[in-house]
Amino acid sequence: MFAMRKIRWGKYIFLMLVAGFVLVPMFATVLGGFKSLGELRTNPFGLPDVWEFEYYAQVFADGSIWLLMKNSLIIAFFSVLLTLIIGTMTAFTFSHIKFAGYKYIYNYFLIGMMFPAAAAILPLFLKIRDLGLLDSLSGVVIPQVAFGLGFSILLFRSFFEQLPSELFDAARVDGCSYIKFYWHVILPLSTPILATVGVFVLVASWNNYLLPLLVLNTEQQYPWTLGIMQYRGEYGIEWNRILAYVTVTITPAIVFFLFAQKYIVEGLTGGAVKG
Amino acid sequence: MSNEVTTIGKRSSTSSNQNVSRWFKKNNHGNRLLTLVLFLPPALLLFTIFVILPIGEAGYYSLFRWNGYGEPSQWVEFSNYVRLFKHGAFDTAVWNTFKIILISLVIQLPLALIIALSIYKKSWANSLFRLIFFLPYILAEVAAGLIWRFVFDGDYGVMARFTEALNTDTWYILADKNWAFVAILVVLVWKYFGFHMMIYIAALQGVPKDLIEASKLDGASRFQAIWYVKIPLIMSGITISIFFSILGALQTFDLIMPLTGGGPSNSTHTLVSYLYTFGITRMNVGFGSAVGVVLFICCVIFAFTYQSTIMKDKK
Repeated sequence: MFAMRKIRWGKYIFLMLVAGFVLVPMFATVLGGFKSLGELRTNPFGLPDVWEFEYYAQVFADGSIWLLMKNSLIIAFFSVLLTLIIGTMTAFTFSHIKFAGYKYIYNYFLIGMMFPAAAAILPLFLKIRDLGLLDSLSGVVIPQVAFGLGFSILLFRSFFEQLPSELFDAARVDGCSYIKFYWHVILPLSTPILATVGVFVLVASWNNYLLPLLVLNTEQQYPWTLGIMQYRGEYGIEWNRILAYVTVTITPAIVFFLFAQKYIVEGLTGGAVKG
Repeated sequence: MSNEVTTIGKRSSTSSNQNVSRWFKKNNHGNRLLTLVLFLPPALLLFTIFVILPIGEAGYYSLFRWNGYGEPSQWVEFSNYVRLFKHGAFDTAVWNTFKIILISLVIQLPLALIIALSIYKKSWANSLFRLIFFLPYILAEVAAGLIWRFVFDGDYGVMARFTEALNTDTWYILADKNWAFVAILVVLVWKYFGFHMMIYIAALQGVPKDLIEASKLDGASRFQAIWYVKIPLIMSGITISIFFSILGALQTFDLIMPLTGGGPSNSTHTLVSYLYTFGITRMNVGFGSAVGVVLFICCVIFAFTYQSTIMKDKK
């Protein structure tokens, strides 16, 4: 009994240490935005002696932050929407239409999943340029959708195939067409997997940095990941401003995580495991 | 004679038309074929144009010296690859990428496993710990990078405390050629261990409880229950997480940019940040494509050998 208790204590001390390792930088970031530079220097991690609100206020002052958020949101929204529509349509042809040779096409999509997105980034850039999509939000959305397809088709197909086949047989006997079956039966039954894939695409798109960096040139088009790097470039080592900015920009993701925890964990790890 | 031939031809062509329409009718029940023609091409086109074709083009462009304008014309054979392998910064980038893989396998995954084993059971305290440990994973890499850039700043963050305590000069670790990459490795562990922990927790919750009970009844110690029962049963989760951590390590980029941008003096590049710095920012399409091809080959060789050897019997 005594030995067990010792192990418990050891375990909790260890967990608390790791939790500290995870949380201290985050708390320091949130609090850092409330400190003057001088205080930040002498007291980087503790509560501020004097709470300064001007750095947070200045993040919102010129309104550019809303534009960044809006752009990020537009990119994410259309990436999710298109991935869900195109992904389910394609997966449906594999799970229910089962045309001759569908397995080859399916494997073609799967092989692409192993391709590192960054490897062909230069030809991709030239392609986006030649299609006239450079410096437009669709230039970010479309490649993002293309890269998410393999993974989402895999998840959708295995989900569709697990749906009871009696449904399909009954619908066909009643003369329901394939498109109607897809729209009225498959999609309504697939909300769990739609949520899983949707969350995965949403988070990946919201956090994406390389592709917008490549495609977008004008500040009016920037998502927040580019905006944050620019802000840091402008203010150099005025860390209190930068920390305030970081705090504001990561807040939506954290709030979303706290509310949709179950779906996010499922989407980011459950999806990975099934893949 | 000729008349006969034409009539035969006519007859066979009408019958083949009939065959086609019969085949179409037979296969188009419920608009099956029309649906296919509507549903398949969007994905096929997008995927081919933006994922598959660029890889092939990278291979082709890598044999040219080209700035991306007009047609590639200056054929240079393999000299881009020769230049690449002679470049010291590329060596460092490869070596750094290898270090990320090593740290993932030796520190990050075992840490994730130990934590998963201690908090996989359902209780409110465990849920809270899970939530905390997963938090860094949902942050964008650029935000995480900036947070840690502050923590590592010689004048402000933890490093300032550290040097103050030791009474030494201020130490800008991210500007220190010998230590900057160690600092990056710390951030990588911080950012990603929660993801692997979640994979293990999901696997552990699927282990049947009676197996663990049975092993306890047979007199197995805690350690034996972990080593001989739990770990073998979650092996498929472990294989998957190794797979993801190595593929992810090969493509590390976003975290490097806010932390060091590859500096000081190109000592902290990874394969992708090297590709970005020397290929994209200078529009060396040929050279950059050669880096991409090397990266591609590394990933594909790894993925195929891993899947055909280690993951094969797990599926």
